[in-house]
Amino acid sequence: MGSGLRGYLFCTLKITIHLQSIHIVLSLNYYIWTLPKRDFKDSFKVDLINYIPSMKENKDQEWLFEIKPKDDFFRLHLKEVWQYRDLLMLLVKRDVVTLYKQTVLGPLWYLIQPLFTSVIFTIIFNNIAGIDTGKVPPFLFNLASITVWNYFSSCLTSTSDTFKANASLFGKVYFPRIIMPLSVVISNLIKFGLQLLIFIAFYIYYLIIGRDIAPDNLVILFPILVLVMGLLGLGLGMIVSSMVTKYRDLTFLIGFGIQLLMYLSAVNYPLDLIRQKMPNYSWIIDYNPMAYTIELSRYMLLNTGTFSIGSFVYTIVFAVVVFFIGLLIFNKTEKSFIDTV
Amino acid sequence: MLVLKLFTLSKTILKVENISKQYRLGQVGTGTISHDLNRWWHKIRGKEDPFLKIGESNDRSTKGNSDYVWALRNINFEVNQGEVIGIIGKNGAGKSTLLKILSKVTSPTTGTIKYNGRIASLLEVGTGFHPELTGRENIYLNGAILGMTKKEISSKFHEIIEFSGCQRYVDTPVKRYSSGMTVRLAFAVAAFLEPEILIIDEVLAVGDAEFQKKALGKMQDISKGEGRTVLFVSHNMAAVKSLCTRGIVIENGVVVLDAKIEEAIAYYLSGGGNIINSKKFDLSYQTESYRLNSISVKNSNKDLLDPITESEVIELLTDIDIKDREFHRYIITYHLYNEMGEEMFSFSNAKDGVHLRGGNNKIVCFFPRDFFQSGQYFLSLFIVKDKRDAIFVEKDILSFTVVDGGREMGTYMGREPGYIKPTFNWENQL
Repeated sequence: MGSGLRGYLFCTLKITIHLQSIHIVLSLNYYIWTLPKRDFKDSFKVDLINYIPSMKENKDQEWLFEIKPKDDFFRLHLKEVWQYRDLLMLLVKRDVVTLYKQTVLGPLWYLIQPLFTSVIFTIIFNNIAGIDTGKVPPFLFNLASITVWNYFSSCLTSTSDTFKANASLFGKVYFPRIIMPLSVVISNLIKFGLQLLIFIAFYIYYLIIGRDIAPDNLVILFPILVLVMGLLGLGLGMIVSSMVTKYRDLTFLIGFGIQLLMYLSAVNYPLDLIRQKMPNYSWIIDYNPMAYTIELSRYMLLNTGTFSIGSFVYTIVFAVVVFFIGLLIFNKTEKSFIDTV
Repeated sequence: MLVLKLFTLSKTILKVENISKQYRLGQVGTGTISHDLNRWWHKIRGKEDPFLKIGESNDRSTKGNSDYVWALRNINFEVNQGEVIGIIGKNGAGKSTLLKILSKVTSPTTGTIKYNGRIASLLEVGTGFHPELTGRENIYLNGAILGMTKKEISSKFHEIIEFSGCQRYVDTPVKRYSSGMTVRLAFAVAAFLEPEILIIDEVLAVGDAEFQKKALGKMQDISKGEGRTVLFVSHNMAAVKSLCTRGIVIENGVVVLDAKIEEAIAYYLSGGGNIINSKKFDLSYQTESYRLNSISVKNSNKDLLDPITESEVIELLTDIDIKDREFHRYIITYHLYNEMGEEMFSFSNAKDGVHLRGGNNKIVCFFPRDFFQSGQYFLSLFIVKDKRDAIFVEKDILSFTVVDGGREMGTYMGREPGYIKPTFNWENQL
């Protein structure tokens, strides 16, 4: 209110000096009261200059670009990201091509890792601990969960390291920093696609040997679920990476936190099991969007577990909100993280 | 009047207004949260950041009172289209910080920069090179990192390869390249960038003589032939002089001179007005046996204020009174150190057959021309009695800087290897 009044006084002062028509006074008045409060002063000055012709000769040259200490909080420079799309694709290519260079098995490592983990999980959780997976073969149950979980966790761990790992690159050249985590998510998507293929191969194998398994009709929603996981991993990763630039503690937290989160995300047991066995603590899982994602993808792919539209919507909303928070924080950090990293 | 004004204004392509950058000294970490909270508390009450008021100019040799320093303070300048500007200053003067702000790697604490056109910065060659990728893949990746599109790179690909001279290795992983080849390839990519404003930091410090010549030639083409605007930072005064038209001297984060390049270089080389190559001593430099008056270093036929070049005879003058009646027992000895702190040699008047007399002495030591390598040197003085007891010792009593006497355009601009740079007699015995 106070600043609005000051603006008004300033404007009438100018009018008296330049003796402009009433029309201009009115339009200026209108302008003051509708201005967003945020960058009141700057836009006011510029507009005043435009409105009063005799002041135009004092107007500075038009500038296309500007570097300022702080940007508007909500300006995300998406156009700039689009201009750098070639860089995004080249970085994805780099990640995929160089990961297993000079290894004998090459991209097979993409497949070996989930397979072995599934075998171990099957032995420990299903054979020894005796968790029942219904009519679905335990190995397939675990393989589905692990493939999905791996996608999320690798998105999160590698994006959470963005600023620290690329400090030397970011310190030398500018490009929209978001390109880096985006490229990580996309190259993980390719890895996920390969792992999904091996899952399908085992699926077919179990069908051939006559096991009674079938995907649910909702499997058509599975791509949405994959997108949601990507957004969630990216969003959380961006939040963490922004904070890691100042507080390195989070690196350690992510390291073991993600392992703990795996046990809380119903990766190696059906969601219903925990509700039965520990009804008092199941709320932890009920609020965990990743638990729903895993459960939902098992429901879609293997037709096991439960599906509720509420949990689906909750997961999507949660992921989108986290993603946007992450984007804003990341955007704020990228301008000067190099001084603190 | 108005037309004229608009005309001159439209030529300005970059405008730097009141740029300042504050850094926090010491360990970032302890106390960070409390300072952050303090900032935040001031911000929500609509007050100014309390930590922006404190902070001192960035003079690294003095101990400061505050944890915050200004690496840059109120930098203002304008650049016209097609100008090639050399930004010069000592290590830590703030040159690189300025370039970092201009290339958007970090943001200024206060102030704005306005510009028309793309800015591409070359703060390092080969940024983002991946050792496992081939030369071809790296050209694309590096080009994209520097802001080119895939199409632009493809259209210049052959020129890039040709300029780098690495045709044969183009499909070999870069990790198998020699370091020189990597640099060639990296510079080649950068050389074919086409931004309106190009920012270059010390890239000439790499590569062999032949390549440096090529790179410098290319940079001259870029700036003179193609009318590109270039901001160039280097400690290599020979390169700066041959490339730039205007110089901006930065000292402790403040622009101290913005003038023609010759003027700027002369100002910078003379130590920014503070002559360091001569020293007068006060009364504390005396005992009952001697009194040290002054020491100075300069070129024989030049003034004390002129920069010292290696292509002329350099003389070291020691002004000392010997009060002891047995004056023949005293000699003076110097130790010479280079800027790395390595001891180069010692020299003494007795060895060379000149003796101190009773009363005042103005004793001069001549270094032949073409003897010193360019660089900074430090002298330590010993006053020795009876060739045995050092009765006075002061380390780094004086420092002086020897600069390149200027080389012809287009010749090798780097620093030659070695500690000294003597000339010898050559003859062709054909």
